[in-house]
Amino acid sequence: MILAIDIVLLVLLAVVGIAIIRLRNLFAVVMLSGIYSLLMACIFVLLDAVDVAFTEAAVGAGISTVLMLGVLALTKNREKIPVTTPLLPLVTVLVTGGLLIYGTWDLPAFGDPNAPIHLHVAPAYLAEGEHETGAPNIVTAVLASYRGYDTLGEVTVIFTAGIGVLLLLSGGLGRRRRDPDEPNSGGGGAS
Amino acid sequence: MEVLGHFNYWVVVVLMMIGFYALIARGNLIKKIVGLNIFQASVFLLFITLGKVTGGSAPIIAEGITVYSNPLPHVLILTAIVVGVATTALGLALVVRIHESYSTIEENEIADMDREP
Repeated sequence: MILAIDIVLLVLLAVVGIAIIRLRNLFAVVMLSGIYSLLMACIFVLLDAVDVAFTEAAVGAGISTVLMLGVLALTKNREKIPVTTPLLPLVTVLVTGGLLIYGTWDLPAFGDPNAPIHLHVAPAYLAEGEHETGAPNIVTAVLASYRGYDTLGEVTVIFTAGIGVLLLLSGGLGRRRRDPDEPNSGGGGAS
Repeated sequence: MEVLGHFNYWVVVVLMMIGFYALIARGNLIKKIVGLNIFQASVFLLFITLGKVTGGSAPIIAEGITVYSNPLPHVLILTAIVVGVATTALGLALVVRIHESYSTIEENEIADMDREP
């Protein structure tokens, strides 16, 4: 049963992905990318990754979609028909995909409990995690306690990205303030 | 079951290639960022798939449960999702900035404008 739901959701994901490539209306593309993230969150629940599913639903389907809608409001929401032929990208994609599928033959079968990834490190965390950190959720224990420095690094990355966004957007606003006569297509002050 | 054992991986590869195609074949900058997000999410799915154990349960310690899925890919991907949204935000800010300067978000039009003296 779970396998059937898994397969249906995965096929839906592929359909949504192809629709995103084919559509020219960028508003529809952004909405579909939100749906894509939500489907991804459902699959994460099926695959026992509940924490990841929360984050993907909140950040992937929520914040990313809102950010993209904001950018659509500031720019254009229609994609132009490309003039170049997509032959070279298509060949590149097919060759890369073929090589990656060839690479999956060496991966352990789905759900195999004897796969190498399940034999080291993880059993130790599962056995000692609650006793050593007091958190029954092992993902929390690893994220906040054992690998706390990695989370600090993650915060640094977000901080840097935030500075980057602020510098890029505030520079634009400063330029606009200097030239108040310059005609501006819908880019005014919303950021 | 033997064929289905690799089905998840194949879908991951298909999704990766959809995202990759949107990234390299489409000239629209927002479409490129959506493609990048698709690619990213497919990598997340690959990691979470590798962490699943048949018959396992979510890695939250509770009475009466003996088999848990692997928590380590979950931790990695939690970090990656947040870093991914930071990348998206920075990319979108660049798109807004490019639109302010060029009044277009189509790659070939921007290249044409740059070529003009």
